[in-house]
Amino acid sequence: MSGRLVVEDPQSVAIAVRGVSKVHGHGPAAVLALDRIDFEVQRGEFVCIVGASGCGKSSLLHLIAGLDQPTSGQIGVTGGATSLMFQDPALFPWLSVEENVAFPLELRGVAKAERKSKVAELLALVHLEAFARRQPHELSGGMRQRVALARALANASHVLLMDEPFAALDAMMRDKLHEDLERIVAATGLTVLFVTHNVREAVRLGDRVLLFSSRPGRLAAQWDVAIPHPRRIESREVSELAALVTDRLRSSSASSPHAPAPEAAVS
Amino acid sequence: MPPLQKPLFPDSPVADDAAAAAVARAAVAPDLADAGFQLDGERRRRWWQRTLKALSPGFGGVLLLFLLWEAVVASGWRPEWVLPSPTKVLGRVWNELFYADTWIALRITMQRALLGYLIALAVGVALGLAMVRLKWLRGAFGGFTTGLQTMPSIVWFPFAILLFQLGEGAILFVVVLGAAPSIANGLLDAVDQIPPLLVKVGRSLGARGFSLYRRVVIPAALPGFVNGLKQGWAFSWRSLMAGELLVIIGDRPSVGTRLHFARELADAEGLMAWMVVVLAIGLLVHALGFGLAEQRMMSKRGLLGAQR
Ligand SMILES: Nc1ncnc2c1ncn2[C@@H]1O[C@H](COP(=O)(O)OP(=O)(O)OP(=O)(O)O)[C@@H](O)[C@H]1O
Ligand SMILES: [Mg+2]
Repeated sequence: MSGRLVVEDPQSVAIAVRGVSKVHGHGPAAVLALDRIDFEVQRGEFVCIVGASGCGKSSLLHLIAGLDQPTSGQIGVTGGATSLMFQDPALFPWLSVEENVAFPLELRGVAKAERKSKVAELLALVHLEAFARRQPHELSGGMRQRVALARALANASHVLLMDEPFAALDAMMRDKLHEDLERIVAATGLTVLFVTHNVREAVRLGDRVLLFSSRPGRLAAQWDVAIPHPRRIESREVSELAALVTDRLRSSSASSPHAPAPEAAVS
Repeated sequence: MPPLQKPLFPDSPVADDAAAAAVARAAVAPDLADAGFQLDGERRRRWWQRTLKALSPGFGGVLLLFLLWEAVVASGWRPEWVLPSPTKVLGRVWNELFYADTWIALRITMQRALLGYLIALAVGVALGLAMVRLKWLRGAFGGFTTGLQTMPSIVWFPFAILLFQLGEGAILFVVVLGAAPSIANGLLDAVDQIPPLLVKVGRSLGARGFSLYRRVVIPAALPGFVNGLKQGWAFSWRSLMAGELLVIIGDRPSVGTRLHFARELADAEGLMAWMVVVLAIGLLVHALGFGLAEQRMMSKRGLLGAQR
């Protein structure tokens, strides 16, 4: 792949983003979606990105996944491959639920018997065993999103990129999936870059929270989340840090396009 | 069936309430697990039910038409030897079925249709794929292909006869010319209309090059492509009938020659009987060849076509 950065320290760094800018469109209609973004994600780290709508979060994930090329700057992923869970479930409508989940397994040439057990395991993980034979259009929006999660996990790369995966779920299913995701990540040592609108969700899940300002998208601030696990989204510590992040989010989306340089605050 | 668990609380960060979430956690999973199996029985239709369903819309209309026709004949608008009644015509169709000549004519016509359609399919798919892959080819021939599609195929016959004389070649040439552009254009439109997101998802899941084509692009383009195939069949069947009426080959009886001789002999009943045969073949191929496959595909994908 052209312009991909070779990660210098693959032992500890999973994703390296160096001075990445992205312009969508041409001429007068051009939009500077991302402006000189710089950050790294350590191996096994769970990093959440929050930011207002349209600040370039999805664009960034697509760049990291290699589906799009940055206008300038470089991106490197240790091992090269990522699994991306899109903002839209985007299941293949001609495949059943289990076939959708089996899709990346088939591409990797996993043998049939193993594939079958793997699919069953993944569907159980997202509580959709009973819907294996259904077609995507027969599921609710939240159920589709869970199938998409199972399919992304089936891709089995070490880096999982998630774009507002739980936005369409009700609060209790989301809590359940938070726990499940945490369990999977702990068990597999996945590196996760998780985009969300929900600041509490970011604090609940992340080892680190990155705040993006909008127009153009810049890295405005970041917080290390030192709250011990297991965390609960409704706990006091989570709420307190979330309030801090939310305040900063408000001021950064209200401020001039020249947002202050990235800073680090520790909870 | 037990109702699915409804979300008790709106999905907002403010609504995350400790007690509610705890209750909910306990309640969610079992209900979802139960809901899966009970709907399956009613969804599976038997093959003959599906066949009937595919045939019924076409034949309902035909029946209505026959009633109307019977009424016109009964009104005495034209003498019976010019406009025979549908019962007589259908009786004639039935009688024709007992002549070996009929079956020879049908066989020759259907052989031509099949051969012509298969060649058109190969040419159309090759041309369509080439235009999908090569932008310049599309720029050069895209408009031309659409032009070909709108050109009445009968216009080609004088030229075809010059090229191939009065023979099979002339008929085949025009049948292929009639169908191939529709198939090529259908393929082109189908590929254009693939949601780019699905291709991105396919790539992100590791499909590249040929496997991306086989597993994502082709299935995603299938509904549009089947439309092109259907249109191609309609065009090729029309071209074939025009050809058989114009290019009469002495020792090759066909549906077209039967129509031609019925007219020469002023045999209105025979003429209409063979027209009914032409209509029936067109409908049957359409309904059984494409209708069934399409219905399956559409209902599998939850598209509107399934609601017919
Ligand atoms: N293909 C595209 N062509 C032109 N502009 C685009 C394209 N994709 C995104 N944009 C623009 O880039 C900006 C960032 O879009 P992006 O989808 O990355 O935002 P986001 O942070 O994911 O928003 P949301 O939270 O609403 O999903 C937006 O202003 C959008 O209009
Ligand atoms: Mg987005």
